[in-house]
Amino acid sequence: MAERFTKSMARNIYLGGSAFFVLLFLTLTFDTQIRAMPERDNRDQLTEEVVRGKHLWENNNCVGCHSIMGEGAYFAPELANVFDRRGAGDTEIFKSYMRAWMNAMPTNVPGRRQMPNFNLTDQEIDDLSAFLEWTSKIDDNNWPPNIEG
Amino acid sequence: MKYESQRVSMPYFIFALLLFVGQIVFGLVLGLQYVVGDFLFPEIPFNVARMVHTNLLIVWLLFGFMGATYYMVPEEAQTELHSPLLAWILFWVFAAAGTLTVLGYLFVDYARLAELTFNEYFPTMGREFLEQPTITKIGLLLVILGFLYNVIMTALKGRKTVVNIILITGLIGLAVLWLFAFYNPSNLATDKYFWWFVIHLWVEGVWELIMGAILAYVLIKLTGVDREVIEKWLYVIVAMALITGIIGTGHHFFWIGPPPYWLWLGSVFSALEPLPFFMMVVFAFNMINRRRRNHPNKAAMLWAMGTTVMAFLGAGVWGFLHTLAPVNYYTHGSQITAAHGHMAFYGAYVMIVLTIISYAVPIMRGRPYGNSNTAQVVEMWGFWLMTISMVFITLFLTAAGVLQVWLQRIPGDGEALSFMAGQDQIALFYWMRFVAGAFFMAGLVVYLGSFFIKGQAGPEEEVRGPATADA
Repeated sequence: MAERFTKSMARNIYLGGSAFFVLLFLTLTFDTQIRAMPERDNRDQLTEEVVRGKHLWENNNCVGCHSIMGEGAYFAPELANVFDRRGAGDTEIFKSYMRAWMNAMPTNVPGRRQMPNFNLTDQEIDDLSAFLEWTSKIDDNNWPPNIEG
Repeated sequence: MKYESQRVSMPYFIFALLLFVGQIVFGLVLGLQYVVGDFLFPEIPFNVARMVHTNLLIVWLLFGFMGATYYMVPEEAQTELHSPLLAWILFWVFAAAGTLTVLGYLFVDYARLAELTFNEYFPTMGREFLEQPTITKIGLLLVILGFLYNVIMTALKGRKTVVNIILITGLIGLAVLWLFAFYNPSNLATDKYFWWFVIHLWVEGVWELIMGAILAYVLIKLTGVDREVIEKWLYVIVAMALITGIIGTGHHFFWIGPPPYWLWLGSVFSALEPLPFFMMVVFAFNMINRRRRNHPNKAAMLWAMGTTVMAFLGAGVWGFLHTLAPVNYYTHGSQITAAHGHMAFYGAYVMIVLTIISYAVPIMRGRPYGNSNTAQVVEMWGFWLMTISMVFITLFLTAAGVLQVWLQRIPGDGEALSFMAGQDQIALFYWMRFVAGAFFMAGLVVYLGSFFIKGQAGPEEEVRGPATADA
């Protein structure tokens, strides 16, 4: 049996198999990005404020401690649903919560995990809040299982 | 070592090991911060230590892959490297860029680093594992392109073996997929989707080609089994890796926006992802059973066997544990993910780099049959200490993850513990993980110590008769 299965057959499985699945993956990517995502990621709500908020999210490396939609570090709470958890789904409540929270950091409680103070202006905190609110509205197949993230 | 220019891999291996030490030091810092939250705060906040830990890992593995390539390609092609000078220049460029970037993380506030490197004009920073300033990303791209040019020129002018073809295909894939690191749309859902083109398609795609090629090369050298047999295995293994792994990317698309058909596709294909790793185990043990010589470098043999087993456990079994969508719904982004990540990276990629180092470095140091018995025994102590410690790190993180899911994810709203309340409950497991991490560090010190023991092994013990027609 070992002889019937030749090296060139193995090579053909490799080349044919990977070519097929690369093409399938590209097709599915096309379908996901072109057809499905515009319906699911609420891109019509993607305002200037949200974009600025995303840059703040990135420039302060928030994902180095937090997760967002379950991706990132697991040192601090999930933030894709923090708008629902801490803002009760209300823009104004969430913004004032965020201002209070960001300005109270770090707590300096001995032995507890510390979040740095990023010295953001009120406008920047509002931008960040807008980004997190927008993120909370992406259709993510109903993840996380509960409000705690 | 048949070609003088293979020696250029030596600085790559040495630098890789130095960065490995740095990676583990910061791993210990992180492990401690999990339980003593304000440790080193505000000097080194968790996010900075984590960036250093993960980026050092990626960079030292790349150094290891490059060293492996510079060592293997000339010997496989039976010709000198196209340009050893270029390899040296790129070494210094990469080493300088890597070091500067890590120093930047440590000594410059991240937002300030983004400002200093003009991130606003070409924003790519601040995404997990892709935290490097854009200028570093461009530098890495240029280093990889120069490296590929050098290696492809070498391979083209000599013998074209399957090992070289698979290795270089994997490296080209690595370079092409890196381009997605430069794509950072302002839509987070799109950003995340294509982010996985770098992350998943590297570690569960093209890196498996690189791993398979290195493993095949070392097994050819250590066992003396006919190249035809080994190459056939290699083709089948990398075929399975890509057939399962490409659509397997879907297991990352469950909860970040893409449509529900990915729940099925991702579950089914990623459930098959352990297959190539299982085949690597069977492959390595089979070839070693059918060996036609007893190579005196037993330490290298141990690494080669170890990497297949640990990759199968870490990437295969621990991956499968939480890859099915109904399970992943509860475990996504928990300590289960961390457990899997640690053992998979160690088993598949750390250990394959240490395998080729264990095989090639003694030869480059003028010890064609491997290090002295004493040195090999010490190296094997390092192997077992690091490997067993990693098993315990993984088990403790798994226990922490199961508890985290139980406390924080499974109960309904109002009953589930908050993230931090849950973390307090599982602190004991974080402490045990830290202790296991300290043992890992001890293992690394022992391993590095083995390089300083003099002497070499005697020649090969025996040569078995030619393999029977269909053994």
